[in-house]
Amino acid sequence: MLRWIWAIPLLPLAGFLANGLLGRRLSRRAIGTIACGAVLASFVLSVGAVVALSGAGEDLGAGGGPSLRWDPEHRRAQVTVGTWIPASAAGGLAVDWGFVLDPLSAVMILVVTGVGFLIHVYSIGYMHDDPGYSRYFAYLNLFMAMMLTLVLGSSYVVLFVGWEGVGLCSYLLIGFWYQDVAKATAGMKAFLVNRIGDFGFMLGMLLMFVHFGTLDIQTVAASAGGAGAAVTLIALLLFVGATGKSAQVPLYVWLPDAMAGPTPVSALIHAATMVTAGVYMVARSSVVYVNAPAALATVAVVGAATAFLAATIALVQTDIKKVLAYSTVSQLGYMFLGCGVGAFSAGIFHLVTHAFFKALLFLGAGSVIHAMSGEQEMPKMGGLRAHLPATYRTMLIGALALAGIPPLAGFFSKDEILGKAWEDGHLWLWMLGSVTALLTAFYVFRLIYLTFFGATRMSADARHHLHESPGVMTVPLWILAVLSAVGGLLGLPVALGFGNFLEGWLEPALASPLAHAAVEGSGHAAAGGHVWLLVVAALIAVAGWAVARTLYQARPEAPARIAARAGGLYRVLKGKYFVDEIYQAIFVRSFFGGAWALDRFDRHVVDGTVNGGGAGVQIAGQIVKLFHTGYVRNYALSFFLGVVFILWFLLVR
Amino acid sequence: MRPPTEWYLAIAALLFTIGVVGVLARRNAIVIFMSIELMLNAVNLTLVAYADSFGASDAQVFVFFVMAVAAAEAAVGLAIILAIFRRRRSTSVDDINLLKW
Repeated sequence: MLRWIWAIPLLPLAGFLANGLLGRRLSRRAIGTIACGAVLASFVLSVGAVVALSGAGEDLGAGGGPSLRWDPEHRRAQVTVGTWIPASAAGGLAVDWGFVLDPLSAVMILVVTGVGFLIHVYSIGYMHDDPGYSRYFAYLNLFMAMMLTLVLGSSYVVLFVGWEGVGLCSYLLIGFWYQDVAKATAGMKAFLVNRIGDFGFMLGMLLMFVHFGTLDIQTVAASAGGAGAAVTLIALLLFVGATGKSAQVPLYVWLPDAMAGPTPVSALIHAATMVTAGVYMVARSSVVYVNAPAALATVAVVGAATAFLAATIALVQTDIKKVLAYSTVSQLGYMFLGCGVGAFSAGIFHLVTHAFFKALLFLGAGSVIHAMSGEQEMPKMGGLRAHLPATYRTMLIGALALAGIPPLAGFFSKDEILGKAWEDGHLWLWMLGSVTALLTAFYVFRLIYLTFFGATRMSADARHHLHESPGVMTVPLWILAVLSAVGGLLGLPVALGFGNFLEGWLEPALASPLAHAAVEGSGHAAAGGHVWLLVVAALIAVAGWAVARTLYQARPEAPARIAARAGGLYRVLKGKYFVDEIYQAIFVRSFFGGAWALDRFDRHVVDGTVNGGGAGVQIAGQIVKLFHTGYVRNYALSFFLGVVFILWFLLVR
Repeated sequence: MRPPTEWYLAIAALLFTIGVVGVLARRNAIVIFMSIELMLNAVNLTLVAYADSFGASDAQVFVFFVMAVAAAEAAVGLAIILAIFRRRRSTSVDDINLLKW
């Protein structure tokens, strides 16, 4: 099975080709079957490969053949399909089409194909009457292929192929309804902001090649130790790429706008998978980061700051998808906080649980929007609980998981990160994370109460069309709800006397920071001693829930009063800290200013030279024209004068 | 007793100058043509005078060529002038300035 991992990204690619080329001639049923079938096959293959990986012993290398390399120490199987850039071609840069299955990529492919499959199925219901049906599924399959290339790539170059590929699909799907200029613009914004991050990523790769002479992830990791300032710079540049792709401060601005795409896209790309690529990449480069403590600290601080800022913005949003978008930014911040304090496995754990519950919340929101005939504003909802029972129940589970109410998935993964931050001695990062947890519980229950509880505020027309979503949409919701509920079992805390399964599984693939390793010897008692942290985290989550319940259930008139009382703060939050406006003023305006100056230069200096040449010839022609009167006498005169001159020249001189 | 060669040359120079001035100063294309004939004949006179003076006959042969070519040229030129006159009802060269942009 391990020998076939290269087929995992190839199957959705085949689906993309089939739907992309023949989609117009196929029936909707066939399109949906091809798209979902390709991803399902990919999922089955992934499960088979991961089972084979978990059972693989020392002896795999013997029967592996030439294309399969087995590294028992890291539990790492690499399949090389072919050579992309031969070593002789480009200054020693050798790149193979290599795919790697190790514990880390195993987790990723299971999440990507599993959640991806559910969202594909859900899309059949959500997009059922869209004219771009085949285009949608072609893009979605292409996205799956690129995401799987990203997580399976054996070198940074192959990873980058997937990295750019998912960026492209993100752009295509955000602007899926391209007739709407605002949506097309949102796609462009996402692409451009990502480009800034990708530029950092590329610089990081270049520096990596200059410094290590290779871009193979494993080789770089093996030689990253003790390399000093260059490694720090490489790690920081790679993190710039991650801030773009994973929507961290200061490049998070594209993600809320990305909600212009169809809701299943928001669930798949902008919550569960693509935006976690940055976290995956940092975890994949864990050895590099561990050798660059300054970069690691930057990751932690940026993650915590993003988590907090995005959560505060989410408090006051009224668009149901915007709340979830800022929540995603915030949760991604948590993941980076986890990676930044050296707990890469905790970051990946949160990535997994977040993929479950955030995909669930987005799909639930999609179900609500679908039922409301496209309405996304929560002030126009309310009281939907009775009409959408399945959506309500599943979204409630998602909300409980996101808020971190035990024993749902989010509680364990979030606490794992906060616990590691505490253990590592980052007191104020822990505090920031805990405050964010309070905000998280508050905004997600605000969403639940505004949407499903209270008196209905919808128009009579919308009420008339109100309907629960079909089974093809609710079944994926229920599956994700179950996963959100039990996903925490993957990483039950050591503090409660369980072995953390996920941490143990990921251990061969991830580095642990040096400081952490040093503490380990003395700190086993301390590690077991943070049961009270779990209690505090649970209390915080419940407190957030209680506040939301008080404000939006018990006393619905209170929020408006508080908003009026805290006028300035409310306006700042409502305006999303005016970051878009600030970027507009600083970057976009200065960019347009530079473009204006270049335009002037081009028009007047470059064009001026060319036009001046033409004009000069024309003026010269105007002057010479005067001699060409057309009168024979004038020509005869000049002829005569010429003869006189020649005679004078020959005879007199 | 023939007059000295200089007299012939002086008359030829006089005829040539009249021809040049006629070409440059007159506007009637036919008169300009006549002036050109005047210049040609001035040159012919020079050639004949020198031929007689040096006792060489080849220059006289040359003069016959010039007269033959001049006759052909006059025929072509008059035909052009006639064609222009038919179009423009004028033989004034000031009316014919087609050769410019």
